[in-house]
Amino acid sequence: MNKILKKELLSPSVWLFEIEAPRIAKKAEPGQFLIIRTNEEGERLPLTIADFNREKGSVTIVFQEVGAGTSLLAQLNEGECILDVVAPLGKKTHIEKNMGTVVCIGGGIGVAPIHPIARGMHEAGNKVISIMGAKNKDILILEDEMRAVSDEVLITTDDGSYGIKGFVTTALQQIIDRGEKINEVVAIGPVVMMRSVVEATRPYNIKTVVSLNPIMVDGTGMCGGCRVKIGDEIKFACVDGPEFDGHLVDFAGLLSRQRMYKDKEKVESDHVCNLTKIKEVL
Amino acid sequence: MALQMTKHAMPEQDAQVRAHNFDEVALGYDEETAIAEANRCLSCPNPRCVQGCPVQIDIPGFISKMKTGDFDGAIGVINESNALPAICGRVCPQENQCEMHCVLGIKGEPVAIGRLERFAADRALAAKNEVKPITYAADAKKVAIIGSGPAGLSAAGELAKMGYKVTIFEALHKAGGVLSYGIPEFRLPKEKVVKVEIDNLKKLGVEIEFNSVIGKLYTVDELMEEEGFSAVFIATGAGLPSFMHIAGENLNGVYSANEFLTRCNLMKAYKFPEYHTPLKVGKNVAVIGGGNVAMDAARTSLRLGAEHVYIVYRRSEKELPARLEEVHHAKAEGIDFKLLNNPVEILGDDNGNVEKLRCIKMELGEPDDSGRRRPVAVAGSEFNLDVDTVIVAIGQGPNPLVQSTTPDMQTNKRGNIVADEETGATSKPGVFAGGDIVTGAATVILAMGAGKKAAAAIDEYLKNK
Ligand SMILES: Cc1cc2nc3c(=O)[nH]c(=O)nc-3n(C[C@H](O)[C@H](O)[C@H](O)COP(=O)(O)OP(=O)(O)OC[C@H]3O[C@@H](n4cnc5c(N)ncnc54)[C@H](O)[C@@H]3O)c2cc1C
Ligand SMILES: Cc1cc2nc3c(=O)[nH]c(=O)nc-3n(C[C@H](O)[C@H](O)[C@H](O)COP(=O)(O)OP(=O)(O)OC[C@H]3O[C@@H](n4cnc5c(N)ncnc54)[C@H](O)[C@@H]3O)c2cc1C
Ligand code: SF4
Ligand code: SF4
Ligand code: FES
Repeated sequence: MNKILKKELLSPSVWLFEIEAPRIAKKAEPGQFLIIRTNEEGERLPLTIADFNREKGSVTIVFQEVGAGTSLLAQLNEGECILDVVAPLGKKTHIEKNMGTVVCIGGGIGVAPIHPIARGMHEAGNKVISIMGAKNKDILILEDEMRAVSDEVLITTDDGSYGIKGFVTTALQQIIDRGEKINEVVAIGPVVMMRSVVEATRPYNIKTVVSLNPIMVDGTGMCGGCRVKIGDEIKFACVDGPEFDGHLVDFAGLLSRQRMYKDKEKVESDHVCNLTKIKEVL
Repeated sequence: MALQMTKHAMPEQDAQVRAHNFDEVALGYDEETAIAEANRCLSCPNPRCVQGCPVQIDIPGFISKMKTGDFDGAIGVINESNALPAICGRVCPQENQCEMHCVLGIKGEPVAIGRLERFAADRALAAKNEVKPITYAADAKKVAIIGSGPAGLSAAGELAKMGYKVTIFEALHKAGGVLSYGIPEFRLPKEKVVKVEIDNLKKLGVEIEFNSVIGKLYTVDELMEEEGFSAVFIATGAGLPSFMHIAGENLNGVYSANEFLTRCNLMKAYKFPEYHTPLKVGKNVAVIGGGNVAMDAARTSLRLGAEHVYIVYRRSEKELPARLEEVHHAKAEGIDFKLLNNPVEILGDDNGNVEKLRCIKMELGEPDDSGRRRPVAVAGSEFNLDVDTVIVAIGQGPNPLVQSTTPDMQTNKRGNIVADEETGATSKPGVFAGGDIVTGAATVILAMGAGKKAAAAIDEYLKNK
């Protein structure tokens, strides 16, 4: 049981939870994730460790309510406990000194997991240029936090309500065009965004790391449900990743596998929705 | 009275009914039948059956107590050698172990040793015999066990009884290993049997830390150097699913048996949407493989509503590695065995869903290393099965998480931990290993036997330290 120390609404339907988890906080590294089970009937939900505080013994998650699992989680309040938290899972991001210029790209809620990576890159003495993308100004999250760990921040919005009008790739192209030597790109966000980033860097042969989020069950390499095709090989994202060389990822396969339970999810969220309504009536 | 040459039949749920529910299939003997079956045993002075039992239960000893209706006495005898008899009585491949050696088997059917063991154990479980907690010495040494499958559980029980403070670290949110996530409810009831056995261990004072993935949260070295454990027993099982590496394996509708069974058993997808984890089972399912895992996946598919379920196996009936009883049960429930067939490709539709499984016919050729005749493909015999779900149950390897973070511990080329067969000692001092992580996928009773041997060796090691 892990207590929720802080609950904050970052933007409509996007929550930040700080969770008491001393054993995990001691070990967590940028790039890793955890799996949460909210209640006995709940699914195992994979979420990135968006931050960790070793002294305080806490970890932070930022998640979007998209279906039954995440909305059940969002119903928990400060001071309440999460049934199970297992972590740290997956490999940590490769961060070292003298990597040169690193462009960290976070799209939508992907800004949350990119933040500790940008911070790690920055602390290691690399030049960090961050790109944050959102549909519009109102749903942009963690801007101050990103500015604090970046040498330069570019913001894009789909509707032009803030920063550059366009997608994260619009900003990335600007950086490439101005002649900046980019040594590595790390991109986290919706699959279609990561795919566009990879296609943008491919012609320039810029190393591009992406963090994949296939559907998972155990997160320990036991079920194989999270398998993704990387080049000619089948990898398990939970143990071999979640970060991979973007230029080798089969994005079409990933997108298709993520849709596996679309119809079942509807049944599930109707069920959870009814339960919530019953609770409200009582 | 002439000796009855066949086993007393075990009552079971009707095949047509049980194919649609998750209740236990085999219902167990009643007292009268148990005594009658016990009376078939000749109490051989030189009992061959005992040699066949990996933990050497005193079989004639417990059966002779059952003849007189002394069931408490019988379970006492069994418990001297086996900590989880209600489980073994249900899942041991008896026909290859104790019962294979029984003298009655020469002319007729052997004594139903497994069924008798189950009866005695179930009776004890129902009686809820009080487990006395252990009073630990103030300076009791701490032992860490990694994994709560049969190997870990049996080592934990033994070590606790010896007075060691045992903590089991389990990656999942539930204890039991394959007993909980793999073997289905209809073969091994979770609340009635598995949970009770695990609760008894907890009453002994064994602690279980769930959600603790060793290799990630702590390394083996950290357990010993920072967390104060004097010895470690690694019992992480064979959890890594193998795939066939044929085209189409990433299509939607292709599962490893581990994923399929975990969703159903551990996450209770069969109670969807009350439980939220979904599991998609189509109309027509092909399960690839011929072992217990394949039978479980096939029979689970049927219970989840599939209309037609195939077992696709590349050898013949004789080579099926599953327990005989499971094969019989599967057939009675209507599973369609496509023997001597090998999958070559999975074909999908435009949306990335499975549509067909392409197979090739096989015939048996010369014997291979295992002594079984090697299946060879019959050229030009390919055909398609119309299926929308494919479950791959062709075996599991060792999960590398612990080994890769314990560099000074020797592993073999398959990635299994190298450990002494008698003691479980690894190449790293104070670290022992047993069960599927050492032997590769084997059986519940062998894993338990390994746990028991390791416990004795750990005791020896810590006394001399
Ligand atoms: C390693 C990893 C890290 C992640 N980190 C974050 C994070 O930091 N913040 C965050 O908001 N989300 C994150 N996700 C995605 C998150 O796990 C899913 O949004 C969540 O599981 C959806 O569950 P649900 O029951 O609320 O929605 P559902 O109704 O079950 O699904 C809604 C949608 O999410 C997709 N989906 C379902 N399960 C998953 C899954 N396990 N992974 C990806 N997509 C899924 C479905 O295809 C569907 O489109 C991460 C996923 C992975 C694998
Ligand atoms: C579907 C199925 C049906 C079977 N049917 C039969 C049968 O009928 N009869 C029979 O005798 N045998 C059967 N078997 C085989 C039998 O279940 C296994 O041989 C036995 O369970 C092995 O026991 P174990 O303790 O070595 O490992 P497991 O039972 O595999 O337990 C290992 C445990 O370790 C945990 N773990 C793994 N890695 C870590 C880590 N890094 N940190 C913490 N914990 C970890 C796992 O989560 C798991 O709980 C079957 C197996 C399967 C999969
Ligand atoms: S433990 Fe298994 S092998 Fe031993 S007597 Fe019981 S059923 Fe037979
Ligand atoms: S060999 Fe058969 S008959 Fe003899 S003691 Fe064992 S179970 Fe009884
Ligand atoms: S989630 Fe099961 S193997 Fe990755």
